[in-house]
Amino acid sequence: MAMKRKNQRMLFVAAGLSILAFAGVLAFFALGNNVRFFYSPGDLRKLSAPPSGDFHLGGLVAKGSVRRDNDMKLHFTITDGAASVPVIYDQAKYGLVPDLFAEGQGAVAEGELRPDGTFVAERVLAKHDEKYMPPEVAAALKRNGEWKRGQQPAEQAP
Amino acid sequence: MTVMSGWHRFANPTRFSRLSARILPWTLALTLVLFAAGLYLALVASPPDARQGETVRIMYLHVPAAWMALFVYVLLAVFSGMGYIWKHPLADIAAKNCAPIGAGFTLLALVTGSLWGAPMWGTWWEWGDARLTSFLILFFLYLGYIALWQVFEDPEKAARAAAILAMVGLINIPVIHFSVQWWHTLHQPASVFRAGGPTIDSSMLWPLFVMLGAFKAYFVTVLLWRIRAEVAERRVRALQMMQAEA
Repeated sequence: MAMKRKNQRMLFVAAGLSILAFAGVLAFFALGNNVRFFYSPGDLRKLSAPPSGDFHLGGLVAKGSVRRDNDMKLHFTITDGAASVPVIYDQAKYGLVPDLFAEGQGAVAEGELRPDGTFVAERVLAKHDEKYMPPEVAAALKRNGEWKRGQQPAEQAP
Repeated sequence: MTVMSGWHRFANPTRFSRLSARILPWTLALTLVLFAAGLYLALVASPPDARQGETVRIMYLHVPAAWMALFVYVLLAVFSGMGYIWKHPLADIAAKNCAPIGAGFTLLALVTGSLWGAPMWGTWWEWGDARLTSFLILFFLYLGYIALWQVFEDPEKAARAAAILAMVGLINIPVIHFSVQWWHTLHQPASVFRAGGPTIDSSMLWPLFVMLGAFKAYFVTVLLWRIRAEVAERRVRALQMMQAEA
């Protein structure tokens, strides 16, 4: 009962793709959280010890937390709702933050966590969210209080 | 096979040449019209973004290019599977000629993304980002696929080896798509094809869709051109061989 060659090849492709998908799922769970670009403050709290050396800390820049020193030091707080971490960034030494950096918006800081719990950043990147709208729409939403910067409308929360 | 059924009918090169000759003027016209309309809408008629300002206009190239890079790869893998299982030379030729176009889209998405990232994120490239890295792997998959075709002299052997690479590489497609959901990334999550509807204002969504249509029409046009050229080339080679033998 010899199988037709065409069917043999079809079976080979089907078996190959299934094995590949299975391997992919295994790899996904093996990689797990090592693929993260940044730790959120909540992630840090779950760790037994914070990552040693430089790492990325990401989340929202807490409202009302941004403060600039006279010596160009930028202070702000990164939060993810579950926890928050104060950050210091020396703009005189490492350059200005991107234009998109703002309170209530996403940001990723690269640096080290000091024993006192302050994160000393050497680099600050701004994150953009998935929302795109013209200035008039943003202004109208803000006026109506339906949308505040960095705040997810309830029905759109992931 | 005496009775040609379903899509197998289109695997006949003569029939393909006839059909494609009829379609091509239309797809070419559509490409030109959609690009003219799309570029006008994207660069002139659409509003700036509330936060990004005029930089948002890069999105009208970046997003369609990235979508097409994924779409063309899936199509390439489907053609590869068809060529591998049913041994249709035309499917192999179609897969082979998807590759340079898809690689072009991938490169365009990488370059425009980088140009957007520099002023917005504050960085051209981040190695630790899952979306950026998986997309770069897609580019290398395309290049590897193209290179593999050059390794073998026998087109049948080349098609088989390249098809297997193409199908294995499929695993990268869901990784690219879901990377922004599975892991913390610098890259923003999806704005259009997401649960809960698009988060792009309609004044920006329509120009984006017109640009996507333009990219699609361009792809169909160039792919048909390339396949026709390769079919003709193989025919010439076969005739030369026959002549040499006579």
